[in-house]
Amino acid sequence: MPDLGKYAVSVLSAYGATFVLLACLVIWTIWRARRVARRLAEAELDMTNQRKRPRG
Amino acid sequence: MSLWEYANPARFMVLSARIVPVSGGLAALCLVVGLVWGFFLTPDDYRQGSTVKIIYLHVPAAMLAINAWVMMLVASLIWLIRRHHVSALAARAAGPVGIVMTLIALVTGAFWGQPMWGTWWAWDPRLTSFLILFLFYLGYIALWAAIEDPDTAADLTSILCLVGSVFAVLSRYAVNFWNQGLHQGASLSLDKEKNVADVFYFPLLVCIAGFVLLFVTLVLVRTQTEIRARRLHALNLRARMG
Amino acid sequence: MIRLVARDLMLAVRAGGGFGLGVAFFLIVVTLVPFAMGPDTTRLSVIAPGVLWLGALLACLLSLDRMFALDFEDGTLDLLATAPIPLEGVVAAKALAHWLTTGLPLTLVAPMLAVLLNLPAQGFTWLVVSLALGTPALSMIGAFGAALTVGLKRGGLLLSLLVLPLYVPTLIFGAEVARRGAEGMMVSTPLALLAGVSGSVLALLPFAAAGALRVNLR
Repeated sequence: MPDLGKYAVSVLSAYGATFVLLACLVIWTIWRARRVARRLAEAELDMTNQRKRPRG
Repeated sequence: MSLWEYANPARFMVLSARIVPVSGGLAALCLVVGLVWGFFLTPDDYRQGSTVKIIYLHVPAAMLAINAWVMMLVASLIWLIRRHHVSALAARAAGPVGIVMTLIALVTGAFWGQPMWGTWWAWDPRLTSFLILFLFYLGYIALWAAIEDPDTAADLTSILCLVGSVFAVLSRYAVNFWNQGLHQGASLSLDKEKNVADVFYFPLLVCIAGFVLLFVTLVLVRTQTEIRARRLHALNLRARMG
Repeated sequence: MIRLVARDLMLAVRAGGGFGLGVAFFLIVVTLVPFAMGPDTTRLSVIAPGVLWLGALLACLLSLDRMFALDFEDGTLDLLATAPIPLEGVVAAKALAHWLTTGLPLTLVAPMLAVLLNLPAQGFTWLVVSLALGTPALSMIGAFGAALTVGLKRGGLLLSLLVLPLYVPTLIFGAEVARRGAEGMMVSTPLALLAGVSGSVLALLPFAAAGALRVNLR
């Protein structure tokens, strides 16, 4: 750990804030990507099932 | 083989699926190397002390905040001229990434300004311009979210992006006129004399590369998500119709 | 086009048109400022140009969402889009009507409200000049924002979010003219820039606004 001197609070909070923001962005992106991909897979499965089933 | 082939969503999905792991891995690598190098292995600046380490976050984020908007502008133009859906969706995908970059630039700037200028915030032209840029991003994202029909939303946000770009540049110069600044000149320029010292320069370049790669990865993933979301929407509509 | 302006003016002046609402709002904002800032006249005279400009700007914002919304709902806008005059002309006429019912009255009452805020005597001319030059740009930018959000159910708040950042250059130059005028300094530079902004906005934004309207009418 380098000696940050009297500015330690500023430097660390800048890094902390950035990491929090970036982490939120990355997690949100991945979460939404997974959710949409899963729901699309389900919907496509439904479609194929419906086609197989005879209409009545 | 032309670039426009990737305007086909299916081709785009295949290509981006191949790029994302590579660019994501490289982004993580560059960020770790650049930030560790910058944070642990560079000396303090003789005037700024250890706050100089904030540069490794502030400068890349600020660069991307502007370039994300430029990318949105280009993508919007492509959509308006050639009607490629992937382009419109890429612009949409870049919006939230750009706004977070703007926010990072503002926040890290505030943490740097507090000890250096003695204030969290000053109505300096650069700071003010970034705040205005932040508002432009907000409006752009809000407009995307507000319109239901996807093509209408793409058209209107593209128009907003074009007009907004002109006004953003105009505001930049208006703000310059309105108040003289505290902010130092650009940290990077081709003129070597004005550049930051080499010790800070090389880790900074690595960090910029990391941020750019991260941006590319995030935009690709988000574009994929938007494409899937649109297909899902279409399937749902068809299911309801049939 | 003149007919269109006249029609919009008629609609605005008739009951329920909201004519004068902007002026009333302007008056209220200016009245509230001393309550917030304290009654000290020297302090008020310093901030007067900025407050008057900000008040006028916000008052302009009030009636924007009605600019196309009513015509969009009852189908008039579809007729206008197929009419022989270009849609760009329709937008310009609408913006002109909006300016005549909002911007112009605001400019005219601004000197009276400036008395309330103790604006220095030398500043009155430049205040009126800057508002007269700047408010047409505000109406035109507003028309663009209204054209973007016309299809939306609850576009009002979004409209403000979209339009206010676009107002920044006009506000900066306009308020600068008024401020410098009040302090007795040279106003030619910001005045030229304000005129430049207004001129280019009036020349170019009708095309963007008409484009947005066409998308919304599709």
